[in-house]
Amino acid sequence: MLSAILVMSGIALVLGGVLGWAAIRFRVEEDPLVDKIDAILPQTQCGQCGYPGCRPYAEAIAKGEADINRCPPGGEEGIRQLAELLGVEPKPLGEGLVHKPKSVAVIDERLCIGCTLCIQACPVDAIVGAAKQMHTVVPELCTGCELCVAPCPVDCIRMEVIKEDISNWKWRYPVVSLTALA
Amino acid sequence: MRFAPTPDEPRLTPFPGGIRLPAHKEVSTQRPIAALPLLPLYVVPLRQHIGEPARPIVQAGDRVLRGQMIGRPEGYVSVGVHAPTSGRVLAVEPRPVPHPSGLADLCVVIEADGEDRAVEPTPLDWHVMDASSLRNRLREMGLAGLGGAVFPSFIKLNPGARRSIPILILNGAECEPWITCDDLLMRQRASEILLGAQIMRHMLGAQQVLVGIEDNKPQAIASMMEAAIGSDIRVVAVPSIYPAGGGKQLTYLLTGRETPAHGLTTDVGVQVFNVGTAYALYRAVVHGEPLTSRIVTVTGHVAAPGNFEVRLGTPIADLLAAAGGELTGATGRVIGGPMMGFELKDTAAPVTKAVNCVLVKDAVHFPPPPPALPCIRCGACARACPMRLSPHELYWYARHRDFGKTQALNLFDCIECGCCSYVCPSHIPLVDYYRFAKSEIWAREREKKAADEARARHEFRLQRLEREKQEKAERLAKKAAERLESGAVSAQDPDAERKRAILAAAIEKARKAKEGVQPRNVDDLPEAVRKEIASIDARRTGGNGADPTP
Repeated sequence: MLSAILVMSGIALVLGGVLGWAAIRFRVEEDPLVDKIDAILPQTQCGQCGYPGCRPYAEAIAKGEADINRCPPGGEEGIRQLAELLGVEPKPLGEGLVHKPKSVAVIDERLCIGCTLCIQACPVDAIVGAAKQMHTVVPELCTGCELCVAPCPVDCIRMEVIKEDISNWKWRYPVVSLTALA
Repeated sequence: MRFAPTPDEPRLTPFPGGIRLPAHKEVSTQRPIAALPLLPLYVVPLRQHIGEPARPIVQAGDRVLRGQMIGRPEGYVSVGVHAPTSGRVLAVEPRPVPHPSGLADLCVVIEADGEDRAVEPTPLDWHVMDASSLRNRLREMGLAGLGGAVFPSFIKLNPGARRSIPILILNGAECEPWITCDDLLMRQRASEILLGAQIMRHMLGAQQVLVGIEDNKPQAIASMMEAAIGSDIRVVAVPSIYPAGGGKQLTYLLTGRETPAHGLTTDVGVQVFNVGTAYALYRAVVHGEPLTSRIVTVTGHVAAPGNFEVRLGTPIADLLAAAGGELTGATGRVIGGPMMGFELKDTAAPVTKAVNCVLVKDAVHFPPPPPALPCIRCGACARACPMRLSPHELYWYARHRDFGKTQALNLFDCIECGCCSYVCPSHIPLVDYYRFAKSEIWAREREKKAADEARARHEFRLQRLEREKQEKAERLAKKAAERLESGAVSAQDPDAERKRAILAAAIEKARKAKEGVQPRNVDDLPEAVRKEIASIDARRTGGNGADPTP
């Protein structure tokens, strides 16, 4: 009787020890949900959601502090994916937020005075230049967040919608022509 | 169905699915290949191949010669672009190009001077050249697959880690209806094609060369067989079942080797080239001529259908005029064949390396598609699919934009041959849905990549700002420590003593003032008031007062 109790408690102690060690050794540092949400967000880093970047917004969603419909660049598709991930109903984009076509910032290089304010504002280091030197936007790197537009003291930055060309053209969703039905 | 093997032919393995189609080949095979007269203007797109477009290396006003490079290959998957004749560059600007979008793309516009002078050709001695430099030359000479996919040939001619590819297949099947450019090429230039094949074989290290030709082209088969006499190249007639000209289908037919899902024919030791590519390769290597022309079929509702040797950059309107012009009642133009081709939006668009056929439609042969009806799940598409996919399921998920499921069903193994759409009793444009799904998935992958890069840059920036802040704090702390060590004021300062004295005096004054402060502010009061205060104090401390208050 006593030996049975000892054996059982021995096993329990060993297993408990293993579990405890594993919990410390293989501890998940961060909430993996944040990474999953962050992967869906478009990484524009525009702050339109009210958080200073995509990751803080992802953290807020994970904590349940923020709604899933605060990201205009992600648009409807982004909301749908977030809803799917979190198992909630998709909803329309939050009030006052508008989904705009993807665009890039363009600096009018004749007007630029080289103040570096836009460089400091750019969240993804997509603007090159130096103090009192002309600045320019690297269009491939620009996320279209518009954060550089407001700080410019000479208003030389404008947003240009990315035009469709052969390299980014997509086949359209097939539509049944109504004339064929008539 | 099975085909009886003949002694000199390998046993054919019929691929699954496929359909028999009315060929309409005889329309354009009545005349030999005709050369187009020199035109006053050529529009040469810089994106004529799959991959990165070539970078223009000429500008408006430059004089060019035929065969001179005007676009340099940019990136790995890219080939050169060359001037089709001698003349002057009028502009390098976006112009309409043959593309399903109908959008414009960067082109070099060349005004011909009528002399048609060529650069000195540089024939290559391919027997002694090493494979790598030969491939580089082919890349510069603009060689890309002329069967329609225009994939840079030099990449396909690199056996890579495999070191050799045992079987080379020349694709002369030309399974799409109406198109006959390969047919005529094989009839008229068979020995040149086979010379090109020998060069390819040399580069690939292939032991066996097979030529697959559909049995509805007896003249081409005869011509190729005659040219192959004396060599071990085997010309094989394959049944005319669409899409026998698909690379994977032809490989399966001729060798019985099935290409794995998401794979290439090279995975089973086979490389496939179009006969037109073999001919162009022959011209490039033996004659040293870059790719500046190709054979194009003009057929359908035109006055004089036929095949033409066309300089790349020829406006399609001029090509149609050379074929006698469109007849009245033409309802549109298709680039490529009726199964896989696309509608041409603007006849100002030029012939490119990808254009093998211009098909003018009429209402009799190409009636408007009947309205699409709901899918009845009859399974006809699945039986017709040569890739053994489930077209009806792909359609279902593509229609509902469930792209993950379409990928799970191997959407990217779809060769867009159009068999499923052709047999669909509900006339559903199935391939349009697959194309839509594919381009959406590609777009998403592009966006995902851009987002990942943006995230990495943003995180790096945050890290950098944090590091800069830390470095600044450290710098300040270090400076403060130095100041503390050397005293608040440095010894070099000539006023140091005086300043220190002033400071000390001020501190002393403040200290004295503090000491001298009286606890009560009663100094300036009249005698009566002082007495009163004293009596109040006495009463408060002493309990019951001796003096009564007045």
